[in-house]
Amino acid sequence: MAKMTLEQLRKLREEKKGEMDKREVEGKNIQIIVGMGTCGIAAGAKQTFEEIIREVDANGLAAQVVIRQTGCMGLCHVEPTVEVVMPDMPDTIYGRVDGAIAKEIVVRHVLGKALLENHIYDRPAVDIVKQ
Amino acid sequence: MAYKQFILVCGGTGCESSKADDIYKELIANAEAMGVKDDVQIVKTGCFGFCEKGPIVKVLPTESFYVEVKPEDAKEIIAEQVIKGREVKRLLYKDDKAKDRIKLEDIGFYQKQFRIVLRNCGIINPENIDEYIARDGYAGLEKVLGSMKPEDVIAELKTSGLRGRGGAGFPTWRKWEFSKNISSDQKYVVCNADEGDPGAYMDRSTIEGDPHSIIEAMSICGYTIGADKGYVYIRAEYPLAIDRLKIALKQAREYGLLGNNILGTNFSFDIEVRLGAGAFVCGEETALLQSLEGHRGMAVPRPPFPAVKGLWGKPTVINNVETWANIPVIFTKGAEWFNKIGTETSKGTKVFALTGKVKSSGLVEVPMGTSLRDIVFGIGGGIKDGKKFKGAQTGGPSGGIIPPDYLDTPIDYESLTSLGSMMGSGGLIVMDEDDCVVDVSRFYMEFCVDESCGKCSPCRIGTNQMHSILQKISRGNGTMEDLDKLEKIGLAMKKAALCGLGQTAPNPTLSTIKRFRNEYLEHINDKSCQAGKCKDLIVYSINKENCIGCGLCARKCPTNCISGDKTQKYTIDASKCIKCGECYKVCKFNAVLKK
Repeated sequence: MAKMTLEQLRKLREEKKGEMDKREVEGKNIQIIVGMGTCGIAAGAKQTFEEIIREVDANGLAAQVVIRQTGCMGLCHVEPTVEVVMPDMPDTIYGRVDGAIAKEIVVRHVLGKALLENHIYDRPAVDIVKQ
Repeated sequence: MAYKQFILVCGGTGCESSKADDIYKELIANAEAMGVKDDVQIVKTGCFGFCEKGPIVKVLPTESFYVEVKPEDAKEIIAEQVIKGREVKRLLYKDDKAKDRIKLEDIGFYQKQFRIVLRNCGIINPENIDEYIARDGYAGLEKVLGSMKPEDVIAELKTSGLRGRGGAGFPTWRKWEFSKNISSDQKYVVCNADEGDPGAYMDRSTIEGDPHSIIEAMSICGYTIGADKGYVYIRAEYPLAIDRLKIALKQAREYGLLGNNILGTNFSFDIEVRLGAGAFVCGEETALLQSLEGHRGMAVPRPPFPAVKGLWGKPTVINNVETWANIPVIFTKGAEWFNKIGTETSKGTKVFALTGKVKSSGLVEVPMGTSLRDIVFGIGGGIKDGKKFKGAQTGGPSGGIIPPDYLDTPIDYESLTSLGSMMGSGGLIVMDEDDCVVDVSRFYMEFCVDESCGKCSPCRIGTNQMHSILQKISRGNGTMEDLDKLEKIGLAMKKAALCGLGQTAPNPTLSTIKRFRNEYLEHINDKSCQAGKCKDLIVYSINKENCIGCGLCARKCPTNCISGDKTQKYTIDASKCIKCGECYKVCKFNAVLKK
């Protein structure tokens, strides 16, 4: 890289910050957990995971969101499964999350704080959702 | 392609020497072989501090904290954790209390720590300037060059209350102001990285883990005092730190953060690395400057202080590595923020190299004012093998031993000095009942005899005399007069020696005579060493009632002075015994006695 000016240094920092933010766990209060057991991966959890990362980055949420992978959540009939844990929202598990739904989860659930009703498979109970 | 997971491998000297580099290479090879190299970023970072359990590997975002990892474990980490998302449970850290292996946030070692100096150690790749920049790196320099006058920088430093971390605790802003106010065609900025206290390694780890923080801080100083040249004087025994520093300097030059017209301003500054040849006295600032000029490393009288007349007679600000590492943060987070941490007189944090008879040794950063109890028993997890705490040695050959009664004293510059010790650079050696204070004092005095530059007689002769008296006491030939003599010589050295080395060399001896007088009296009057360290005062023998005649001691004895058989049991021939203690260590039946 060529020699920088004050302005360029500032820009470079902003650019690189997102990457480093992903390594930081402290101070992040939103968790998106993708079930990546053998069944999940076979059902396309890898694509789901990648879509979530892309969408979180695109919305500038990298500093607040931890994206983890976990083993099988036990809901093998609706893989891939994604759990979202965040303040002001009930803990929610979504099922059959493909790339498009993954994108919606980030935009509507995390940013818009609204549940994606047709895709919920566990927690909170169905009656709470209906209300 | 974005990474989903991150594996951070400790690349400090401690972990490297236990094959961390092989682990790093194995992880990369396995990630490639299993086709996940685009999913996981594998980074070699600086020291995590938890050296007791190294090599350490941390996986994010699960925060899995793996300890004592071996290169063979790499395959399992990739296969289980990266591909299947399951932690490798057997490698997770486990403490005494918890049955299960635990997570990073629950590890006692990290709970009371507060990291300013080590903020990037164990997080960033020290060989990648972008990662430093991403964590507010060079933001301090940017702020200073973009919006502050030299006077403002000094005012900010004054508000922060930062004092020199090299040991004596001189206010940093005053050094800078002295140099700034003198007009001179040439001024210099020097980083003292000649860390020499036995057991201290915080400066090495800081440079290994975060070299850019030193470069940024020195540049800020250069701008403030009007210097365009800096030197890092670093021990040649720190090859890894030197390599990383040189890489960092090169990257900073490429980015225009060093060189002419830094960041498009009128300010120009560059830094050169100079290697020290291993003399302890070169950690003393005037001797360091002599050595830097190419002369033999010997102290010169002060005043004039280096800030006024230093390198080649020009005004020179010389600060220690840890002091430098604090400076960028003061400008990014603000002096007010920094000033709120610590005690009335000592602001910020202090890094200690916690070693000795403590369960979790390692690199520890705590706010000033933390008690010794919190460090030794909280962070360090207490004394090894259920033994009794005897004292903590701070300040290396310049400090003293703090006895158990003072465990709750909040640690800062003043409190340690009033206890007859000193902050020093931050070595903290924990001692238990098996350590003998006479032996420890003798060891440090021997170190000072070797390391005295020989220029002034109080130090050259004083250390030698004190050493022979201490040796006499440890051999059981001491008299009560010897104690008085030690104190007398010690006081004379404190007053008359030319530099810090000689002035503080009597500290370990004087502080122990005061705080552990009984132990000296035992050596002198009873000719006994309770800790069993002073070889001339102990005799090994075999208790025939406990001896089962297995002969293990006889086989281990290097001088073949143990004889006997199953029926006769064994005996030690005291005339041939060299008191190595091997027989005592190997006997499983408590039949070997040490008295």
